[in-house]
Amino acid sequence: MSTATPPPLPRMDRMPALAMRGISKSFGKVQALTDIHLEVYPGEVVAIVGDNGAGKSTLVKILAGVHPADAGEIEFDGQPVQIPDPTASRSLGIATVFQDLALCDNLDVVANLFLGREIAAPALEEEEMERRAWELLRQLSARMPSVRVPIAALSGGQRQTVAIARSLIGDPRIVILDEPTAALGVAQTAEVLNLIERLRERGHGVVLISHNMADVQAVADRIVVLRLGRNNGDFLAPDVGYEDIIAAITGATEHARPMPDAPLPGPHPIRPTR
Amino acid sequence: MTAGIPTTPPSRVSTALADARARLTGGDLGSLPVVVGLIVIWGVFQALNPSFLSADNLVNLTLQCAAVGTIAIGIVLVLLLGQIDLSVGSVSGLAAAILGVGLTQLGWALGVAILVAVLAGAAIGLLYGALYTRFGVPSFIITLAGLLGVLGLQLKVLGPTGSINLPADSPIVLFAQSWFLPPWLAYALSAVWAGVVFLSAALRRRRRIRAGLPVGALGWQALRAGGLLALCVAAVAYLATDRGVGVMFVFFVVLVIVVDVALTRTVWGRQVYAVGGSVEAARRAGIRVDRVYISVFVLCSTLAAVGGLLAAGRLSSASLSSGGGDTNLNAIAAAVIGGTSLFGGRGSAWSALLGIAVIQSISNGLTLLSLDSSIRYMITGGVLLLAVIIDSLTRRSRAAHGQA
Repeated sequence: MSTATPPPLPRMDRMPALAMRGISKSFGKVQALTDIHLEVYPGEVVAIVGDNGAGKSTLVKILAGVHPADAGEIEFDGQPVQIPDPTASRSLGIATVFQDLALCDNLDVVANLFLGREIAAPALEEEEMERRAWELLRQLSARMPSVRVPIAALSGGQRQTVAIARSLIGDPRIVILDEPTAALGVAQTAEVLNLIERLRERGHGVVLISHNMADVQAVADRIVVLRLGRNNGDFLAPDVGYEDIIAAITGATEHARPMPDAPLPGPHPIRPTR
Repeated sequence: MTAGIPTTPPSRVSTALADARARLTGGDLGSLPVVVGLIVIWGVFQALNPSFLSADNLVNLTLQCAAVGTIAIGIVLVLLLGQIDLSVGSVSGLAAAILGVGLTQLGWALGVAILVAVLAGAAIGLLYGALYTRFGVPSFIITLAGLLGVLGLQLKVLGPTGSINLPADSPIVLFAQSWFLPPWLAYALSAVWAGVVFLSAALRRRRRIRAGLPVGALGWQALRAGGLLALCVAAVAYLATDRGVGVMFVFFVVLVIVVDVALTRTVWGRQVYAVGGSVEAARRAGIRVDRVYISVFVLCSTLAAVGGLLAAGRLSSASLSSGGGDTNLNAIAAAVIGGTSLFGGRGSAWSALLGIAVIQSISNGLTLLSLDSSIRYMITGGVLLLAVIIDSLTRRSRAAHGQA
C-alpha cells in the first residue's frame, strides 16, 4: 500500500472519484431521498450532515450496495456504474465502515484486519499479515498497544481505528464513515479525526456522516446538508459558519436547492444554543 | 505511544511470566483449571486406591478416553460456532450398528463397512447443516430431533436381534483392544512430535525476523519442546512397563493435533473462530458463513461416527445400547470441562483430550473404589457444573478487565 502524497485541495476542474446525480429512493410510501446530488473528489473529506430522518443513512446504504437506488445515476471515475449489492460496492473501491464496526471481539487485531482476505499459502501467513498490519497502522499514525491483543481488550477509539484500517486493506478510492465518533470520548474522537486526515493525505475520498458539528468543521473540506431527503446546501468548509450549517439542517434557510413543494411553515431562524 | 514495530524484543522470561500473570488475572485461564483439576483428581484417587496410577490402569484409561474423546473433538468444533450437537451419541451408535451389521450379516469387507458408517455420519451432519442454514432452526432443536431420529435408525439397522458381536479377530477389534506401539516406535514418535514442534517454532521465529517483527528467545522454544519430549518419554516409559501405548489412543491424539492445526493455521479455522465470535461481522467480511456452519456440522457428525466405530471395536460389539447412556453427555461435558466456551469463539481442540481425561479418570477411579454408577453420575455432573461455572466466571472477569 503506497502512501500518496497529499493532493492539492479539491478543485472543480478535476474529475470527481464519485458522483451521484438525481438519486431517489423510497420505501413504500416513504420518500427517503429525492433528487440527491453528491460529488466526492479524491483526497477530499465530504461531510454529510442532517437531522434525524434526513436521509443520510439511506444515502450511505445506496453507496454500500445495501439498497439499490430507485432512480438516478452513479458515476465512478466518470463511468456510469450500478451498485446492486455490497460486493459490487466493494469491488468498485468503496469501503464502508458502519457504526457497529462489525469486528470479532474474540480475534486479535491482525485477524480482524485481514478477516475475509487472509494471506494464506495454504497455511496462514501470520508474519506477513502482522508486518502489513503494523505498516498500515504506522501510515495512519494509529495508536495501538499491540496487534496481538483481542479486539475486546481495546478502547472504543482503537476499535474504530481497527475498523477504519480494515476498510483500507483493499485500497479503496472512497471510504465512507458512518458516525465514527458517536460513542467516543474527547481524546478518542481526536484520534479518529486525526485518522480521517491521514486518509485524506493518502488520497482517499472520504464521506463522513456525523451529527457532531465540531467534528465536521474540524476535518471536512466540504459540507453537504440533507434535509427531508433533499439537498439543502453544499458549503466549502472554510467559508461557512456554524450557524449557517445549523440553519440549513433545520430548514431555517433554504440553501442551494430550494424545495419546490410542501414548504414547511415557520421561516424563523432558530438560534442554536451553545 | 505511536504504533511502530517495537525495537526492543519483549522476549525475556520475566516478560513472558508477566504476560502469563496478566492473562490469568484478566480471566484468560486457557487450560490451566482443567490441568490443575486433573492433577487434583489423580492425587485424590491415588490416595484412596494405590492401584489408580498403576501402569495397567493408566493404559486402560488411555483406551477408555479414545472413543468418547474423538466424539468430543466434534463437539468442540460446534461449540466454537456457539452451536450444539445433542445427537452425537445416537450417530456413534448408528455407526456401530452399521459396522456390526455390515461385517456379520452383509459380509462387507471391513474397509467398506467403515466407509459406509463414516459416510452415514457425514450425511447426517450435512442434513443438520442444511436445515440450520436454510431454515434457521436452532441447532439445539435440530439435533434433539436428530437424537431421536438417528436412534430409531440405529434400532432399524440392528434389526430384531438387537445385539451383534464383532468377530474377535477383526482388525478393528484388535486395533481398539490389543494393538500397542512397540516402545521404540513410541519413543520415535515422541521425538518426531517434539522435533516438529521445535522446528515449526524456529521457522516461525525466522520468518518473524525476516519480516522485522519482535521475536522471543529461541531457548524458550527449545525449553518447551524439550519439556514436551520429556513428558512423552516419561509417559511412554511408564506405560511400557505394562502393555504400552495403545494404537487407538495414538490415533485419537493425532486427530486432536490435526484438528488443532486446522483451527489455528488455516483460513477455515480462522473463519470458524470468526463466526463463533460474531456471525454478522464474519458475514460482512465476506466469509461464506453457511459453508462454515455446514462444514462444522459435517465434521462433528463424522467424528461422532468415527468415535462410535472405536467404541464398537473396544467393546467388540454393536448393540441397542451403543452410543446410548452417557456417551452423549460425556462428550459434551468433556469439551466444556476441557475449557471450550459454551458461548462460542473460544476453545481449542486440546480441550477434548483434557476434558475426556478428567471424565474418564473420575469414572475409572470410582469404579476402582467399587462405587456404583449412581455416585459416578452425580460426581461427573458436579464437575461439569464446576467447569461451566468457571467458564461463566472467567467470561465475567474478562468483561471486568475490558476483554469480554
